[in-house]
Amino acid sequence: MATNGSDDAPIIVLRGVHKWYGQFHVLKDINLDVGKGQKIVVCGPSGSGKSTMIRCINRLEEHQRGHIVVDGIEITNDVRNVDAIRREVGMVFQHFNLFPHLTVLENLTLAPIWVRKTPKAEAQAMATKLLERVGIPEQAQKYPGQLSGGQQQRVAIARALCMTPKIMLFDEPTSALDPEMIKEVLDVMIELADEGMTMVCVTHEMGFARSVADLMVFMDQGEVVEKNPPSEFFSNPVSERTKLFLSQILSH
Amino acid sequence: MARTEIRETAPSLAPPSTSVSVLAWLRQNLFSSPFNTILTLLCLWLLYKILPPLVSWAILNANFVGDSRADCVAGGACWVFVKARFGQFMYGFYPADQRWRIDVAFLILIVGLAPLFVARFRYKIALAATLLIGYPVVAFYLFRGGAFGLSEVETSHWGGLFLTLVVAGVGIVTSLPLGILLALGRRSAMPVVRGVAIVFIEVMRGMPLITVLFMASVMLPLFLPEGVNFDKLLRALVGVALFSAAYMAEVVRGGLQAIPKGQYEAAQALGLSYWKMMGLIVLPQALKIVIPGIVNTLIALFKDTTLVLIIGLFDLLGTVQAALTDASWIGFATEGYVFAALGYWIFCFGMSRYSVYVERKLHTGHRR
Repeated sequence: MATNGSDDAPIIVLRGVHKWYGQFHVLKDINLDVGKGQKIVVCGPSGSGKSTMIRCINRLEEHQRGHIVVDGIEITNDVRNVDAIRREVGMVFQHFNLFPHLTVLENLTLAPIWVRKTPKAEAQAMATKLLERVGIPEQAQKYPGQLSGGQQQRVAIARALCMTPKIMLFDEPTSALDPEMIKEVLDVMIELADEGMTMVCVTHEMGFARSVADLMVFMDQGEVVEKNPPSEFFSNPVSERTKLFLSQILSH
Repeated sequence: MARTEIRETAPSLAPPSTSVSVLAWLRQNLFSSPFNTILTLLCLWLLYKILPPLVSWAILNANFVGDSRADCVAGGACWVFVKARFGQFMYGFYPADQRWRIDVAFLILIVGLAPLFVARFRYKIALAATLLIGYPVVAFYLFRGGAFGLSEVETSHWGGLFLTLVVAGVGIVTSLPLGILLALGRRSAMPVVRGVAIVFIEVMRGMPLITVLFMASVMLPLFLPEGVNFDKLLRALVGVALFSAAYMAEVVRGGLQAIPKGQYEAAQALGLSYWKMMGLIVLPQALKIVIPGIVNTLIALFKDTTLVLIIGLFDLLGTVQAALTDASWIGFATEGYVFAALGYWIFCFGMSRYSVYVERKLHTGHRR
């Protein structure tokens, strides 16, 4: 795999990315660099294209113009490139998307065994360790349907980590959770951030953003409106749209 | 203004009693209202009208011993007829001294399948795969012969329940995988694959099975070059399998559509390839949802095998019908048809019960 050589080269590069759903222009000229170990928090009103953007990073959505390079590999129509990128990029979804017909342990070991060809025992050992890390080792033999929302989302994080990804994408990981369960998921994410994982999070949890993010990205109507470190972003928003959004989201 | 006033709309319910007397049960379930009382009485009257004559015909006044119609003197059912022709109903015109080969083949199947029903048996997948690949070969040579010192028995001599099971078995084992492939094809992003699947399914579903069988047995040979000839049974097998595969495909497609998009995305995000995603994530869930539909199709397939009679193959129903035309046994059609119906029912009911068992076993506490 061709990497860009130096260590401080960005691990995710988006250059002039455009995407349309039919006539609807969802992403307009998106430019973004994510360095190794950086934590990016993407926020914005619903329909602003933030989920679409991070879903383009592992090709769950196809972009029609521009370039996306992840870990030195450009995303093209070549399936091998896409597969290579997906192996390095973990993703956590709003609705968890755990596999309901498999136990928690099987959810975790499935991809290592079938994609990475890890021996079963080794995969299970790693899965057990990761379940301990997200605080639910005792649930390994249960099925997802038997867990609470917060536990399911922690399993989903552990499942993504099982592939030892270099990058983690979070698509509104706490939006579908009951309020009392949000903290347990955010705690896991903060721990992950502290360990130096490269993270791109779409979230409205501004407390989390303030304490973890290196860079805040505000999107509206398919455009990146503002890109600033959190200190700057929260105290000195430049654009009117950002100000309005922040006033709405921070007022309660 | 609506008046808010609490009215007594129904008397308070008595606490549920833990032990229910027979009389109380009767009153609660059978005579709870005038209408229910009438219904109960009507049912009792119908049972009184139907049951005693049936029991007396089928059992009490029936004839079980003997070997010719002269032994049927008691006035009830003449099971002697079924007994005398039992071998034919089971094996058709398979040579009597060779029937042990069929028995052996079915014995092998039962012994082979038995461990699959034992929960603690650990090599289920390996055993199932071995059976799936190896058994048809073993069974073919046992049934057909012509090798390993076994005399050859032409497929035109195959018949009875044996033939029914062969046609249904081959149909079931081939139509499910074929149906899955067709269902995946119909949902494929590739236009050619999708087109082929749609045309195949719609053409097959648009024709009656009889037409398919007729075409396989009468028209196909016309298109084949001189001297090339497929076995008639083989042609019927292919026809039945393709026909039910089309139905199976639509059942499976229903299941595929019920799987949320998030499952596909989660599998893709983990780097699973198309076939791994389908085989490990999507199909196990989709097939579980459509077990009732699959079993429905399989039961229909089992009963549709009777249509091979049309092209001159004698399955269970066919042999029964053939026996009815025998001059020495004329007049025992009821007994013959009751026996045939019972035979089909046993297998169809068995499939139904097995599907209930599988559904319960696969339930993992999620409802979607």
